[in-house]
Amino acid sequence: MSNMNELANLVKELEEQLVTCIRCGMCQSVCPLFEQTRKESDVARGKLALLTGLMDNIFSDPDGVDERLNRCLLCGSCAANCPSGVNVLEIFIKARAILSEYKGLSPAKQIIFKKMLANPGTFDTLVAWAGKFQGLFTKPDKNAQGTSCARLVSPLLSDRHFLPLASTPFHREIPDQGLRKSGKKMNAAIFTGCLIDKVFPNIARASIKVLDHHGVGVTIPSGQGCCGIPALASGDRETFTRLVDHNLALFEKEKFDVLVTACATCTSTIKKLWPAVYKNPDSGIKQRLEALSRKTMDINQFLVDRVAPELGDAQGSRAGETVTYHDPCHLKKSLGVAAQPRQLIRAAGLNLVEMAGSDKCCGMGGSFNVYHYDLSASIGKLKQQNIADTGCTTLSTGCPACMMQISDMLAKAGTNIRVRHPVELYAETI
Amino acid sequence: MIDPSIVTRFNEILGQENVLTQKEDMLTYSYDAAVLDAQMPAAVVIPGSTEEIGEIVKICHEHRLALTVRGAGTNLSGGTIPEVGGIVLSTGRLNRIIEINEADMYAVVQPGVVTAELAAAVEAKGLFYPPDPGSQAVSTIGGNVAENAGGLRGLKYGVTKDYVMGLRFFDARGNYVKTGSRTVKCATGYNITGLMVGSEGTLGVLDEITLKLIPAPQARKSMVAVYNTIEKASETVAAIIAARIVPATLEILDNFTIRAVEDFSGAGLPVDAAALLLIEVDGHPAVVEEEGEKVEALCKKLGAASVNVARTDEERDKIWAARRSALSALAKLKPTLVLEDATVPRSRIPDMVRALQEIAAKYKIDIGTFGHAGDGNLHPTILTDKRNTAEFHRVEAAIEEIFDKALAMGGTLSGEHGTGLAKAPFLEKEAGYSSILFSRQLRKALDPDNILNPGKITGVSETPSN
Ligand SMILES: Cc1cc2nc3c(=O)[nH]c(=O)nc-3n(C[C@H](O)[C@H](O)[C@H](O)COP(=O)(O)OP(=O)(O)OC[C@H]3O[C@@H](n4cnc5c(N)ncnc54)[C@H](O)[C@@H]3O)c2cc1C
Ligand code: SF4
Ligand code: SF4
Repeated sequence: MSNMNELANLVKELEEQLVTCIRCGMCQSVCPLFEQTRKESDVARGKLALLTGLMDNIFSDPDGVDERLNRCLLCGSCAANCPSGVNVLEIFIKARAILSEYKGLSPAKQIIFKKMLANPGTFDTLVAWAGKFQGLFTKPDKNAQGTSCARLVSPLLSDRHFLPLASTPFHREIPDQGLRKSGKKMNAAIFTGCLIDKVFPNIARASIKVLDHHGVGVTIPSGQGCCGIPALASGDRETFTRLVDHNLALFEKEKFDVLVTACATCTSTIKKLWPAVYKNPDSGIKQRLEALSRKTMDINQFLVDRVAPELGDAQGSRAGETVTYHDPCHLKKSLGVAAQPRQLIRAAGLNLVEMAGSDKCCGMGGSFNVYHYDLSASIGKLKQQNIADTGCTTLSTGCPACMMQISDMLAKAGTNIRVRHPVELYAETI
Repeated sequence: MIDPSIVTRFNEILGQENVLTQKEDMLTYSYDAAVLDAQMPAAVVIPGSTEEIGEIVKICHEHRLALTVRGAGTNLSGGTIPEVGGIVLSTGRLNRIIEINEADMYAVVQPGVVTAELAAAVEAKGLFYPPDPGSQAVSTIGGNVAENAGGLRGLKYGVTKDYVMGLRFFDARGNYVKTGSRTVKCATGYNITGLMVGSEGTLGVLDEITLKLIPAPQARKSMVAVYNTIEKASETVAAIIAARIVPATLEILDNFTIRAVEDFSGAGLPVDAAALLLIEVDGHPAVVEEEGEKVEALCKKLGAASVNVARTDEERDKIWAARRSALSALAKLKPTLVLEDATVPRSRIPDMVRALQEIAAKYKIDIGTFGHAGDGNLHPTILTDKRNTAEFHRVEAAIEEIFDKALAMGGTLSGEHGTGLAKAPFLEKEAGYSSILFSRQLRKALDPDNILNPGKITGVSETPSN
């Protein structure tokens, strides 16, 4: 193993942030992973102690710390609840980057991130091919969630019920040079995000319809890349930075007042992580990233706060339908957006019933779901139970990743509850 | 280093996934919430049943291995910092509420049950478990009993010891001991239950705990009184008690803390105020009404600049949210936070508050003071950066002076956080050598090999220091 001193020095970059943890343990009460395992290394306090250990050079190799650091949903529940205001997510993400830059990315991740994700064109083509062939390997469940499961037992998919790729990704529906519609009020650019583009094009259509309806101009430049969070969560700061560059250049060419996204994860990544984790920023780029960050907004928040503050309740006008709302961690804990999506649902005439623990993490956690599916599913099962207990007919949430996880859980439990984005529900009424 | 054959036995009993020995895991069980140096155990064991606890204790007894029990690890006195090379027994999986008996008003729980979860389960049945440490969202009942934890409601409802009816525990030899009963009264044998409460894992490993429950109060009323001198606030505390009114909570915040809370939460607190009293009375609606008015009048009579009574649940929640955010607000100011809990007879609160301000000035350190004025339990909270060695030495000297002042006023080193490692060296100052000797003899007789949480409470030195 190479020089651990060198790694200790790299981790020192985090010292100022690490010392703010007072080891009070209050993060235990909200960590969905700790709830399952009750192990100290699974909660923020333990992980921060491990990073301090790395910094103090007490380990002979970094693998044990790396492995434990990766057992985390990056849900940010700990940070939102931390009395000392420790910026846990930023620390974890930077630490993952430091560790994988030190150790080198695994060959599989090299291919996925550097060869595919980092090149939006290639990525789109590959996913389009996969979309065409998916029917060969998967079979639809014919359920309310519209999930599929694997035709053959596959170690990667295990017994997941996943949402199929859209037959045509959303970006194929818009012109080559991108979509530009003028509006009477202000102008919004839409960052579509991978999951909306490739799995939930309906959310993009609904977003356009709603913005249009309220007289907001819409700009969707074509050739958008991923927001970079999958690469970042795996410690690939280089691919992340390349994607940020790509997207920044693309959007800076456009004129708009706000950048909206209907994906909680994309919004919080653009707003918080783009400026904070960009590799070797010079002050110029930092300013540009911060300027874009200030312009970026969740679509629910934008609609309710800025576009249609007069939006009233049309409660109960759609009889027989009850909706419960799940707070995506990236929306509520990271951005503090919780009231607005609920307001949209009520404005859609739907009866909103609160579930127990509506802001508890659903267990998705991006790649956590891939590497720790059993844990992810047991956390998701708690969510599914809370949803079912409300007796609702629809589950709504503002993050496509949560929609996938919850669809899997609801499909597994054999319920008839459909899963929709608040913007989709609202769009149905106009 | 631990003998591999011992690890094999642990594995056989608990299953491999419940035995940790890797260095990384050891590091994560080497600390608690106290500002003290970490120490690495040799293994962590996570039992799931009474039988498994018993087996673990027997193995430790056989091999003279130090054993430290860990609940949530939130204690502020170093009680869960293990002996180097010893064993940590985590109660994380022992988190079942065994019974809530509504007819006889008691609950039986495993030690790893989280305090707030028990309180919620009890409340769902219209009953009340009052002890509410600030850490209740994570702390365990086992930890609460072992530390004799208190909380905001200590003044009227008492602390953990007032609710423990019976216990089952393993002694140092691995024998299973039952104490107390499920009856309200119990007069058989020694009061071993009382001895175990606050024993910080030095006399046995707690297994089943039987707790007394009471009916939930029907009504409550909260208010905030604003003062321009801390003396007036403290005099009000004494006057309320003298008027034979016992509020459920009676909390004080000093100016430093008020400003920190305001900066942090923008709750609209008066930043110029020298002190705030946060008061809640509860009980029968008619009594609450009457006592509420009396308290309000007393506050005004003793010089409160204003008294704000919460009219709605939301207003009440706002008051307590401000109090609850005190620690967070202070914690954000500097990297290291030393939370003390020196306690004085309540008539001495003004003297103690003044002494704390003098100590802060003398040692040039920041101290925010808030706490349970009603029961004399203050939380002088020192803000520092442990890496600043010069300042940290001043902090240590200041802490010692805080202890001395509290003792000189007839107080105690700790109202609720326990002795652990942090206060073990000072205990003799408070209790005297005979008390330490008595405790050591007791310990020696019950635990001749010094297995149970060595180094805690009674310290290490064998001879009187003066
Ligand atoms: C933010 C914060 C606020 C706090 N507020 C308060 C407060 O208001 N009032 C208060 O009293 N304390 C408070 N504390 C201190 C602490 O939370 C309490 O002492 C609590 O009782 C510790 O519970 P725990 O489960 O974390 O126990 P731990 O810290 O894990 O253990 C505490 C002691 O109990 C022993 N122990 C634990 N379980 C067992 C068992 N089953 N058998 C034998 N011994 C056992 C341990 O060995 C150790 O000596 C606070 C702490 C923090 C960090
Ligand atoms: S809540 Fe915050 S300060 Fe407390 S242990 Fe967790 S991360 Fe550290
Ligand atoms: S980010 Fe979520 S899963 Fe990770 S430590 Fe914090 S609360 Fe736990």
